[in-house]
Amino acid sequence: MATTDIHVHSAVHGHDDHGHDHEHEHHEGNFWTKYIFSEDHKVIAKQFLITGIFWALLGGTLSVIFRLQLGFPDMNLEWLKPVLGGWITPEGKLDPEFYLALVTMHGTIMVFFVLTAGLSGTFSNFLIPLQIGARDMASGFMNMLSYWFFFVSSVIMFTSLFLQDGPAGGGWVIYPPLSALPQAIKGSGLGMTMWLVSMALFIVSSLLGGINYITTIINMRTKGMSFTRMPLTIWAFFFTAIIGLLSFPVLFSAALLLIFDRSFGTSFFLSDIYIGGEALPNVGGSPILFQHLFWFLGHPEVYIVLLPALGLSSEIIATNSRKPIFGYKAMIGSMLFIGILSFIVWAHHMFVTGMNPFLGSIFMLLTLIIAVPSAVKIFNYVTTLWQGNIRFTPGMLFSIGLVSFFLTGGITGVFLGNSALDIQLHDTYFVVAHFHLVMGSASFFGMMAGVYHWFPKMFGRMMDDRLGYVHFWITFIGVYLVFFPMHYIGIAGFPRRYYSWTNFETFSGFADLNMLVSIAAVATLAAQFIFLFNFFYSIFRGRVASENPWKSNTLEWTTPVNVGHGNWPGAIPNVYRWPYDYSKPGAKDDYIPQHIPFSETPESNLPSENEQIKLESNGSGAIVVDKH
Amino acid sequence: MMSLIIGIGVVLVLTILYLIFRVSRLVSIAKGKQQDEVSKNNGVHGTLFMVTMIAGLGAFFWYSWSHFDSYNLPVASIHGEETDMLFWVSMAVVVAAFVIITIIMFVFTYQYKYDPNRRAKFYPDNHYLELAWTIIPAIVLSLLIFTGLRSWNDITSPASADAEIVELVGQQFAWTARYPGVKDNQLGNVNFRLIDNFGNEFGLDLSDKNSFDDFKSLELHIPAGKEILLKIRAKDVLHSVFLPHFRVKMDAVPGMPTQFKFTATKTTAQMREELGNPNFNYEMACTEICGRGHFSMKMSVVVHSQEEFEEWKKSQEAWLKQNPSYLDKVPAGLREAAMISAGIPVESLSNAAQSVNQAISVN
Repeated sequence: MATTDIHVHSAVHGHDDHGHDHEHEHHEGNFWTKYIFSEDHKVIAKQFLITGIFWALLGGTLSVIFRLQLGFPDMNLEWLKPVLGGWITPEGKLDPEFYLALVTMHGTIMVFFVLTAGLSGTFSNFLIPLQIGARDMASGFMNMLSYWFFFVSSVIMFTSLFLQDGPAGGGWVIYPPLSALPQAIKGSGLGMTMWLVSMALFIVSSLLGGINYITTIINMRTKGMSFTRMPLTIWAFFFTAIIGLLSFPVLFSAALLLIFDRSFGTSFFLSDIYIGGEALPNVGGSPILFQHLFWFLGHPEVYIVLLPALGLSSEIIATNSRKPIFGYKAMIGSMLFIGILSFIVWAHHMFVTGMNPFLGSIFMLLTLIIAVPSAVKIFNYVTTLWQGNIRFTPGMLFSIGLVSFFLTGGITGVFLGNSALDIQLHDTYFVVAHFHLVMGSASFFGMMAGVYHWFPKMFGRMMDDRLGYVHFWITFIGVYLVFFPMHYIGIAGFPRRYYSWTNFETFSGFADLNMLVSIAAVATLAAQFIFLFNFFYSIFRGRVASENPWKSNTLEWTTPVNVGHGNWPGAIPNVYRWPYDYSKPGAKDDYIPQHIPFSETPESNLPSENEQIKLESNGSGAIVVDKH
Repeated sequence: MMSLIIGIGVVLVLTILYLIFRVSRLVSIAKGKQQDEVSKNNGVHGTLFMVTMIAGLGAFFWYSWSHFDSYNLPVASIHGEETDMLFWVSMAVVVAAFVIITIIMFVFTYQYKYDPNRRAKFYPDNHYLELAWTIIPAIVLSLLIFTGLRSWNDITSPASADAEIVELVGQQFAWTARYPGVKDNQLGNVNFRLIDNFGNEFGLDLSDKNSFDDFKSLELHIPAGKEILLKIRAKDVLHSVFLPHFRVKMDAVPGMPTQFKFTATKTTAQMREELGNPNFNYEMACTEICGRGHFSMKMSVVVHSQEEFEEWKKSQEAWLKQNPSYLDKVPAGLREAAMISAGIPVESLSNAAQSVNQAISVN
């Protein structure tokens, strides 16, 4: 496979003309098959990543626009007119309906397009074959379809931003009847239709991806890569894909029924409605049914977003603490437990919807149980740091940031999961603070950590670490300044999704905190441009990476600097040990990669490992690629 | 002109930043910095984590302490006092756990920063430790769960038979209240198909004699010291009743009536005195996104003493009296009873019938 030794970056310019004229199969492929309709998992991962970055910037910008409204209610926003046009009223204010559209699109974009597709799509695709020792995904074609369904879904969602009536505006949870009735809010017209179509395609994309991830992990592990030797990243992607596979179809059904209600006159979610001067004919439906269906996906979705981030950070923290992750099996067990529980806690989003109170008590019980495996994970991270030899790479900093957010945000779940306390806190800024820290920021930091850590494998070059440090510190402090004050605002009862609070005496305070939050949000968004510059600059001009710059154990670091099609130029390495042999007593280096047999490390083997040496020679004689 | 100058300024700053970046990069290459080596400045992040943590925790405690009154809403209901208690107990537990874990974590990052002469400790697991930190949170959480459950069961238990019933109806973007009236103390039936634009905003079913003395209010008036049962419904989309001072929240769902019972403890006057704010008013907000005017969906709330409340109720006119044209919708046999019940002088019957005819012809 000599042709795998190509330079990805010089090839960009060489192959982009008339590529599709040629029918013959050249191994490298032409521009179209190599970069656009690629079936290579690494290229697909980069496609997901770059699309995800685009969405993240857009989602972040939308949030800054509505933060301007909340932090500086008297500000004249005339200067946004060239961009927002008619959505800025003649008085220079943001249109209240567009405010809701901004909130809705910010949520949708961040949850689905950035933290589901951008995070899982990027790292599941990139790391699964590389870390389990496979040439590619089980089905490269399905994998390609997965990206292109996501792309079409993105295009539709993006287009909906430019509609005359604006994009969907009923909140990212799109509760009917608001989302079902165009007469209730402008955004429930064509904007909502496009939202639903886009999400339907998105679900197809995620299912295609998920099936692929699961199949690949189960079937395509290299020799010796037993389940108990898989890196925690792979475990996390595995659980994520299973959760997605089981829960996304339920959202699909909810979206489909909502489409029926909107367009074909059914009454799944509608009943007893008088709006716009007339009583609607719909009877017998239940808006609560939609909420059950939505949150049956919606809650597992939190873990679809979070688990990959936790997986990435487990790997990064172990590598950079130069220590085995503490409690490897407990980490897997807690992810499994979280995964299972995530399906039976959804109704904690619905304590005050009028749902049967008895159901409320059951869901409260189940919800608070989920705190136990989450706590175990935090303790294990902290113990991994204990007596480590910590290298603060940008990836490591973002991983530590993740643990901090996971703790700060997760622990407030103790209030929200308690139905009696949730009565007051539900739909206030306390909830906003909670989920932005525990799932939004934590997952975002996991994604950033992953980008910094695996960038050398993706592009063969290093990102600039000093820019990474500046990016981290502004973002870390910025995120805390944005979301921590919201706890106070929430305890004071300020409701979410309010365009302004001045109508209420009760909510007249906290202009200062709201201003602080908005300023911090602007600064945090600005800091992301440091990352953007670093990212794109380093793709082309970053320092050339070595094969294993972080001295890490997992298999992806045994591939060449510029990983070619098929990943390993020779045979796929065999695996002989778990991925966390860092700082093993007696060993020469402070790391022993997974493909080093125990027979080569007699000085550091534990007694049980010496026994395994006999088994190693029973192999098929595959050549071990040893780079040392 | 101004924006041009700002634009040039921004470009200039960005260029300078870029140049600094390039120069420092070239310098580091010229110095021949070894690849993949851990930088000497690595430890600085450990220190920064400590500084950030101390500053952060300091700000957290200072603000929480000094601004307590600005974020702690005064409570004015019986169950609210209980859930507030629970909230602060949980807060104590949570803050303790949060502070301890945060300090331990950041101290570790400071203490165990990279040292080329040291090896990390190979410490893959410890079953006792893991068992301990599985069981301890489980026990603490169960305690919180059971106190929460008890409180939740009390709050959601059925209201007592003599509770004061008030119906709250949400619509884009206003709340209306309906009281069962002083004569029968029963809310009349409603049907969404009977709602119209001429006055019957509740969709009152006038063939039900309980509806005759029902009255409408644009403010929520309730007595202190007596259980109140809110019967909540919505006409168009989801809304949510939120009475922040009473720790009450319940969604208003079209097609599915909901309810919430509570007992207010302080009248508006008492609360004004307690807070030293003569302009204080209780308020009710909507907390379920409902469209353009979601943020302005306010209802004023007045809490009376029980005597004042009875007087206020007596002073209200029945809905039917305010909308006499709907007498026509009352079955003929009940019309006189309706007029008596609604407090309409009986001789005006013929006028009323006339006006109904007018309304219908307009329709």
